[in-house]
Amino acid sequence: MAANLRNQNQLLSKMAIGDGHGENSSYFDGWKAYDKYPYHPEERPDGVIQMGLAENQLCFDLIQDWLMKNPEASICSPDGVLNFKDTAIFSDYHGLPEFREAIAKFMGKVRGDRVKFDPDRIVMSGGATGAQETIAFCLADPGDAFLVPTPYYPGFDRVLTWRTGVQLVPVFCASSNNFKITKSALEAAYGKAQELNIRVKGLLITNPSNPLGTILDRETLKEIVRFINEKNIHLVCDEIYAATVFTNQHNFVSVSEVIEEDTERNRDLIHIVYSLSKDMGLPGFRVGIVYSYNDAVVNCARKMSSFGLVSSQTQHLIAAMLSDDEFVDRFIAKSKELLDKRRKFFTEGLEQVKIDCLNGNASLFKRMDFRRLLKDQSFEAEMELLRVIINEIKLNVSPSSFFHCSEPGWFRVCIANMDDSTMEVDLLRITYFMLQNRYRNKVVKVPTKKQRQQSSLKRSLSRRKMEDFM
Amino acid sequence: MRLLSRKVMRNTHGQDSSYFLGWEEYEKNRYDHVNNPKGIIQMGLAENQLSFDLLESWLAKNPDAAGFRRNGQFIFRELALFQDYHGLPDFKKALVDFMAEIRGNKVSFDPNRVVLTAGATSANETLMFCLAEAGDAFLLPTPYYPGFDRDLKWRTGVEIVPIQCTSSNGFRITESALEEAYRLAHKRNLRVKGVLVTNPSNPLGTTMSLDELNLLLDFITEKEIHLISDEIYSGTVFSSPGFVSIMEIMKDRKLENSEVFNRVHIVYSLSKDLGLPGFRVGAIYSNDNMVVDAATKMSSFGLVSSQTQYLLSEMLSDKKFTKNYILENHKRLKQRQRMLISGLEKAAVSCLKSNAGLFCWVDMRRLLSSDTFEAEMELWKRIVYEVKLNISPGSSCHCTEPGWFRVCFANMSEDTLKVAMRRLKVFVESISPIRSQSNHQALKNTRRRWSLTNWVFRLSFHDDRELEER
Repeated sequence: MAANLRNQNQLLSKMAIGDGHGENSSYFDGWKAYDKYPYHPEERPDGVIQMGLAENQLCFDLIQDWLMKNPEASICSPDGVLNFKDTAIFSDYHGLPEFREAIAKFMGKVRGDRVKFDPDRIVMSGGATGAQETIAFCLADPGDAFLVPTPYYPGFDRVLTWRTGVQLVPVFCASSNNFKITKSALEAAYGKAQELNIRVKGLLITNPSNPLGTILDRETLKEIVRFINEKNIHLVCDEIYAATVFTNQHNFVSVSEVIEEDTERNRDLIHIVYSLSKDMGLPGFRVGIVYSYNDAVVNCARKMSSFGLVSSQTQHLIAAMLSDDEFVDRFIAKSKELLDKRRKFFTEGLEQVKIDCLNGNASLFKRMDFRRLLKDQSFEAEMELLRVIINEIKLNVSPSSFFHCSEPGWFRVCIANMDDSTMEVDLLRITYFMLQNRYRNKVVKVPTKKQRQQSSLKRSLSRRKMEDFM
Repeated sequence: MRLLSRKVMRNTHGQDSSYFLGWEEYEKNRYDHVNNPKGIIQMGLAENQLSFDLLESWLAKNPDAAGFRRNGQFIFRELALFQDYHGLPDFKKALVDFMAEIRGNKVSFDPNRVVLTAGATSANETLMFCLAEAGDAFLLPTPYYPGFDRDLKWRTGVEIVPIQCTSSNGFRITESALEEAYRLAHKRNLRVKGVLVTNPSNPLGTTMSLDELNLLLDFITEKEIHLISDEIYSGTVFSSPGFVSIMEIMKDRKLENSEVFNRVHIVYSLSKDLGLPGFRVGAIYSNDNMVVDAATKMSSFGLVSSQTQYLLSEMLSDKKFTKNYILENHKRLKQRQRMLISGLEKAAVSCLKSNAGLFCWVDMRRLLSSDTFEAEMELWKRIVYEVKLNISPGSSCHCTEPGWFRVCFANMSEDTLKVAMRRLKVFVESISPIRSQSNHQALKNTRRRWSLTNWVFRLSFHDDRELEER
């Protein structure tokens, strides 16, 4: 039987039988716990709450409302069925022109209309996942490398490398300067790759950052553009969280703005990856975009998009929705407002029990600083704490190690993928955890019952329920 | 340093082949019976446009599926968030039931063995990544769909080695052709990982015989390699002999518990049978758990939009609809194929006897100035530029014999088809104007030579009226 299995294994590719998909990593333990016993307010109030999934569920009402008022956007409805045939047979990899125009306009609006995008450079892909892999196929050969600042989205380990044969070289960033990407960190990573005889083809940044939830300031972005021009390597900017920037003082600066200003730089090196999964909360619709300033890359990526085109039914819907300027403006503003409200609610709740978060101003998550709760500053201690969080507090959160962060103790928690009452339960659980004996001496100030009652947080749960948790 | 990957620089995406060049000409000068009656008629596109009214009428009766509703409840949010690469369970169930129905319910499929992909394009590429390493080879019978050169080879690095089939036996696969291809691969130092067949065949429009299917099974058993059966046209078999899937043969031969059972994989799609190429619905079906597992993870790069999965799960779950659709679709395809053959015959052109697909494999060898591929290209260019018909030359399908062309019949109206046939008749008469004894004698000789074949070889010399009545 074992011999048979071994024989079978040789029949398949190394790709199929190896671990390159990354799904055996313990990143997924919390997910497995959640899948086994997910939280439900009535049926499973002690279930695991999913805080590991960066979804945006705050604005569905707006979209649903628009759909009800615009039935012709669905090619299958009586109002839209005239378009059914033409749309259903449309498999041109250029994509529906109105789709590309609507996406280009949306991308511009998300960047405050400070920059215009060319619809002819919009290339479809199977979600951002498909977009990132496509870019890697276009820019690099097997064995080549991309530099990626840490911490980074663990999915890159699979998406960029599994089938492409490309490798990732980390650019180490530290909490001492808020994980800023410095020139010296970039040079160090590049130098390290050279030492190991690895050819670096590009630098991949995620802006706004996952998992940090921060945006790059203009100076850092310009520094990065200078660096890649010097080394003659590509810059791939994953701007998938562009519309989740929620503080007005810190406007999101896209790489597209920087290169508009800095005309000396080589545009052929600049590429953007985008998607509607986070900004609009539509991951199921698989709308990924590759936007490149390099004509050869646009052409090649477009041909490759045959492997992951967006369903024309979905293209039609999105084209109609994003062409509605009034709706788009309202959506972008409302989304920021609700994210801001949610972030404030969460961070103020954490402050009550003296938990800090990294000072971020974008994205669908916060990064909690649990460093002082570790028994020692090691990744083993971090995993121990993670197990406690999953098994005792019943929250699925994502620790530093999964994002290749050099420092243990940071936990990313997603805050936009649940309703208000589930968020309250989250906070209660975290609060209870912090107030438990074993961590009591690590918390500088424990709010008294009176202080909690007087807290500016207007939690709608009864005191009785709070006592239950105590 | 070369800035872009070798994939960008090479042209193994195959898009420079004549198959695509004809399309480009068509795009510049599209036929329209009102606005551009002298334009190019597209006969190179294997689309099924004959049964849209059936789909539209179903949509009219099922407004829920169209409008993100289930039993009147709005399920938009659920769908928008659904990005599980296992796919919507209801959709997979409906899909396998549909696949079984197409096979006369002689076989059944397990929904847990289906992997959804963005079209058959993605399914075929994914299988290559799972079953072969770069530098390995798959054997494919010629002529084959030109897109395989891109889908199977481009990003995977896998090679295709042809199994040469000839008109001497109606392009059937023979044991000697298989062995010869296997030997050729070894001579080129390529490790053969499997055979890929399209059944029904594109471009031949024929279903595989029982002999061929059994031969293939024996061959892959002996060589311990895979068999991929691309059954994308399985729902377009409109006359006898009916469609026999490789699954049925394995069931008849009681091979369910054998090793070979795990090495047979099916590719399917709704692009041809339902005429929905824009919706990008493809599937891999495998009995090998590791293949299902790996392919499922890889499908992240090209998932099917949840909006589309939901619509089609509702549609395909309607058994009354699917039963009627399959029958009516067959009827219409058969009638349209007869119309094409009749038109060809009036132009004194014959084609391979076929019982499936959306095209005919047309024999224009006698119109060549010489028995060479250069002459075929010459003829093809005349047909595109003078006759203004975009048809696909056999060389683009890797046919070993010059003079064969694939002509599609299901992607245009009846009137357009009649126009196309009239143009062809005029052209053929102009280049072989003497419908004389000598011509007739030459054809009689040819008939004797190819007497073992089962071609349709009725010519219009004697009885035009009879043909019109067919």
